Amino acid sequence: MATIFIPAQLRTLTAGIEQLEMDVHNVREVIDQLEQRFPGIRDRLCQQDQISPSLQISIDSVITSRGMIAKIQPNSEVHFIPAIAGG
Amino acid sequence: MATTPYRVIGTRPVRHDGADKVTGKAVYTADFKLPGLQAGFVLRSPHPHAKIVSIDTSAAEATAGVSAVVTGADFPNVQDKIAQLGEGSVNLAHLSANCMAKDKVLYKGHAVAAVSATNAHIAEEAAAKIVVEYEILPSVTDIMEAMADDAPLLHADLFTDDLGQKADTASNVAVHMHFEKGDVAAGFEQADVVVEAEFKTATVHQGYIEPHAIVADYNEDGRVRLWTATQGSFTCRQQTAEILQIGVGDVLVTPCEIGGGFGGKIAVYLEPTAAILSKKAGRPVSILMTRTDVFEATGPTPASFMRVKVGAKNDGTLIAGEAWIAYDAGAFPSGVIGHGCTCVFSCYDIEHAVVDGYDVCVNKPHTKAYRAPGATQVAFAMEQLMDELAEQLDICPLEIRMKNAVKEGSRRVDGPVYPQIGYVECLEALRDSDHWNSPLAGDNRGRGIAGGFWFGCGMKSSAACSVNSDGTINLLEGSTDIGGSRASLAMQLAETLGIESSDVNPMVGDTDSVGYTDVTGGSRVTFATGLAAYEAGIDLQSQMKVRAAELWECETSDVSIADDGTFSGNGKTAGFKDLATQLFSSGEALVGRATVAPECPTNGFAAHIVDVEVDPDTGKVTILRYTAIQDAGTAIHPSYVEGQMQGGAVQGIGWALNEEYFFNDDDQMTNASFLDYRMPTMLDVPMIDTIIVETGNADHPYGVRGVGEPPIIPPPPAIGNAIYNATQTRMRELPMSPPKVWQAMQSSD
Amino acid sequence: MTTATKKIHVTTTVNGESVEFLCEPRNSLLEVLRDTLGLTGCKEGCNNGNCGACTVIVNKLPVNSCLVFGVEAEGAEIETVEGIADANELHPIQDCFLEGAALQCGICTPGFLVSAKALLEKKPGASEETIRFDLSGNLCRCTGYDKIVRAIQAADKQMSAATVDSTTND
Repeated sequence: MATIFIPAQLRTLTAGIEQLEMDVHNVREVIDQLEQRFPGIRDRLCQQDQISPSLQISIDSVITSRGMIAKIQPNSEVHFIPAIAGG
Repeated sequence: MATTPYRVIGTRPVRHDGADKVTGKAVYTADFKLPGLQAGFVLRSPHPHAKIVSIDTSAAEATAGVSAVVTGADFPNVQDKIAQLGEGSVNLAHLSANCMAKDKVLYKGHAVAAVSATNAHIAEEAAAKIVVEYEILPSVTDIMEAMADDAPLLHADLFTDDLGQKADTASNVAVHMHFEKGDVAAGFEQADVVVEAEFKTATVHQGYIEPHAIVADYNEDGRVRLWTATQGSFTCRQQTAEILQIGVGDVLVTPCEIGGGFGGKIAVYLEPTAAILSKKAGRPVSILMTRTDVFEATGPTPASFMRVKVGAKNDGTLIAGEAWIAYDAGAFPSGVIGHGCTCVFSCYDIEHAVVDGYDVCVNKPHTKAYRAPGATQVAFAMEQLMDELAEQLDICPLEIRMKNAVKEGSRRVDGPVYPQIGYVECLEALRDSDHWNSPLAGDNRGRGIAGGFWFGCGMKSSAACSVNSDGTINLLEGSTDIGGSRASLAMQLAETLGIESSDVNPMVGDTDSVGYTDVTGGSRVTFATGLAAYEAGIDLQSQMKVRAAELWECETSDVSIADDGTFSGNGKTAGFKDLATQLFSSGEALVGRATVAPECPTNGFAAHIVDVEVDPDTGKVTILRYTAIQDAGTAIHPSYVEGQMQGGAVQGIGWALNEEYFFNDDDQMTNASFLDYRMPTMLDVPMIDTIIVETGNADHPYGVRGVGEPPIIPPPPAIGNAIYNATQTRMRELPMSPPKVWQAMQSSD
Repeated sequence: MTTATKKIHVTTTVNGESVEFLCEPRNSLLEVLRDTLGLTGCKEGCNNGNCGACTVIVNKLPVNSCLVFGVEAEGAEIETVEGIADANELHPIQDCFLEGAALQCGICTPGFLVSAKALLEKKPGASEETIRFDLSGNLCRCTGYDKIVRAIQAADKQMSAATVDSTTND
C-alpha cells in the first residue's frame, strides 16, 4: 500500500487526516480515490485533467514528470508539493 | 585527496569556446547582424500604476528612418491560460501584458510601445514623439501596505489562491501557502529556549553584465527567427509562440552566446515585441535593452518580510519552528514564495514546524528567479536564529548545526524525505578547514558561518553525437552555455568513450537542430545534460559493438568494451578513435542519441565561513577572508565548480552588504544604474577560497550534483553572524549597508 | 525633426592599422567600433561608464568607449581586444585567462583583457591590491573575481619571464 500525504491546506477537506494508505498504481488512481472519499479535493489538486501547474508530485522524493500516469510502487510515499524550479 | 577513478573527469582542460571568448570573436546577440537590420527602442511608462487612456503613434510613424511602431494593440489577445514552460508555469496573459501593456501599466518601466528605425538614436527620438495619455492610479510598493485591506489594487480579478480555493474578494495577495509537520504548539511547549524575530530584505537584481538582447526576423515564409540571449531556447520559443499565437514549429530560436542569466533570462521580455516590429517593418529588428530598463523592467528577486520563531531543547536539539513569510511578486503573481516556504527549515531536522507564505503583488517589476530563488531570503532569517539559539544555549554555532543537520531520511516541512545528501559532510569540511582553525584577532572583527540548500532539478535534456572520420566527435546539445558548461558535457562524453575532452566538439544547437532541452538553470546542466551526453555515448558504443562484430567477424555478444573504452572481440582490439576511423569507411555513419528526464533532485548543500571587520565610525563591513564549502557530488571540471562557488558567494556578498532597489515617494526606482545599484567590484572582495566536497550521487553515472545555486544562499546570514560576532549588533535587514549597520550599532549601545 | 547632422570623416589607427570612417557627432566610440568597424569585441553593458565592458585603449590609456565620442578618435591610436593576440598566437593574458578559467559567460572578458594588459605593461609586478584597485572599473558578475586576479598574476609572471628572456638574449 502506498502512503499518500495530504497537503496541509487540504486537511480541512479530509477532517484533519494527514496521510492515508491506498492501493494504487498511478497518480490518476490516487486523485480518483481521494475524490471519492473527500469530494471537492480533485478541484483543489487538478486543473482540467492535469495536476495543477503550481504543484508537482513527489514519489519517494523523486519529482515525476509524468503527471497523472506516473507509476506508484506498493510502498511509495506520495507528496503534493509546490513546483520546484530554479534560476 | 583521494585519487580520482576517472581519466578526464576531475581534470581542468581549457574550455572549447575559449579562444573565441578571449579574442572578441564570440557572438553575443548584440554582435549579430543581418542585412537591413533595424534598431528597436522600447517606450516605457513613467508611472508605477496607471490606466492607458490613449496612445497616439502618428508622429513617430511619420519620422524619417522609422520602419515600424507597435503598441499593445498589435499583440494578440491571450487568454488567462497557464502554460507549462518546463521550469515552472506561467500565466500567458500576464506574460504578454508584461512584454507590452494593453490597458494598464503596473510599474515604472512597464513597456507601452516600441519603435524600429535605421538606428537606435532615430528609434529613441521617434519614441519620444509617441503621445500616451495616462490616468494615474494610486500605487503601492511596500509588501505590508499591499496586503492591507485598503491597499491600491493591481488586479481587479486577482483572488488569493489557497491551494486551489479562491478567496471571495480581490486583493494583492495572489497565493497563500501553508505547510505543517507534527504539532507545533506542543513542540514549542517542550522547548527550553525560543528565539523569534522579524526580518526584511530589499529587492535585488541578478545584475548580469549583458542586458537583454534580441534579433528577430519575421520571415516571408511566416516563420519567426530569433537570435537571443536566453537561458532556454525551447522555453523562449514556446513563450514567444504563445504570445504571438502561432505554432511552436513556426518559431526558430538560435541561442547566441549569453552574458549571464542567473535566472533572469528565462522569461521573455523583448522577443514578441521585436517579432511584431519585424513583421510590420518587413525587416529584421535588433533590440538591446538599456541598463535602466534592465533594472526597472525585467525580473529582480522578491523583497521580503519574514517572522521566524525557532525552539530548542537545552542540549541544542531543535524541536519546533514557525515561519510567516511574505515575498513581493511585483506586478503579477510570481511563485518564488513556494521555494521560500520549502527552504526555510530545509537544512535542519525539526520535528514540529509550520510555515505560512504569501505571494504579494506590488507596483514593481514582476519578480523572477535569482539563483536559488527564494532561499537566500529565508536563510538570512533562519541561519541567524540558529546562531542566536547557539548563543543562548552556550553551544558553538557549528555544533548546533551539526547536531541538527538534515541527513538521509530527514523529512522536509513540505513532506519529501531526503535521500543520501551531503550537509553533514560540508559541516565536517568546515570544521576541518584551515579558515575555521585559524584564529581571528583584532578589534571590530568577527567570524560567521551559515549553511544553504537548493533542490537541483532534473528536467529534460537531449543530445546527439556524430562521429567524424578521424574519430573525433561532434556533440550537439541544447543547454545554452552561461558558465562554461559545454566543457563539462564534452568531458563526460569523453570519459564515457575513452577519448580526450579535446576530441569532442560540443555545440549548443538551435531549436530546429537539437531535441527538446529544458532551461539552463536550476543547477541542472552538468547533471541532466551530462546524463544525456553520457547516454548518447552509450548509444554510440552499442552501435559500434554491432559494427565491430561485423568487422571482426564474430557475434555482437563477443565484443566487449573495457572501462577505458577499448573494444575487443575475436582476438582483435581497438580504441574508440581507431575503431571509429575504420568503421567510417565500411558502412553507415555513426550517430548516437539520447533523451533524458531524470526526476531526482540532486540536493545541493553548502556551508560558508566569513571573517569581517566592521568600521565603528561608518558601519562599513570589510570582508577579510571567505571560504565557500559545497557538495558537488563529483566535480567534473573543478575550475568551473570553484567558479560557481566563488561567483555565487560574491553575488551573495553584494546582496548582503549593499545591493537594493531604492524607491522614491512616487514609487519610482531611483538607482537604476550600476553607479548607484552598487554590485561588488574586485576591490570589494578578497580571494574566495573553496573546498569541494564530493559525496557522489547514485542517480548519476558520474555522481554529479547541481552546484550553480547553493552558493548564493549562505553569504548574507554568514555575514550577519560575523557582524554580530564583531559588534554584538544583530542585523535584521538586508542589505547590511553602512548606514544601516551604523544605525543598528548606535541603537544597540 | 531628427537631429541627425552631416557625418564627420575620421581617420584613426585601430590595432596598428590605419582606418577611416564616417560617423555622426553623437555616435560614441563604442558604437563606431561595433557598428561601423565591425569590432564587436567591446560590449555595451550600461552605456554610462559604470561597468567597463566597453574598455578599449585610446592613446595608451584604458577608457570606457561608451563615454568617448567617435570623432575623438581622430588621429588617435586605438587598441581593442581584437588586437591583443599576435596573428594566431594568444597573448599570455589570454592564455592565462583560459588556463585559469577566469571567465564564465565571457561578456566582461574583452574589457578585462584590455584593462589587464594595459595594467601589466605599465606596472609589471603589480601587487594584488594594485590589480584590484586599478581594475575596479571592470565589473564581473559570474566569477567573483578570484580567478581573474590569479590569471592576471600568472600573466604578469609570464610576461616578466619573457622580458627577462628577451633582455638576456640581446
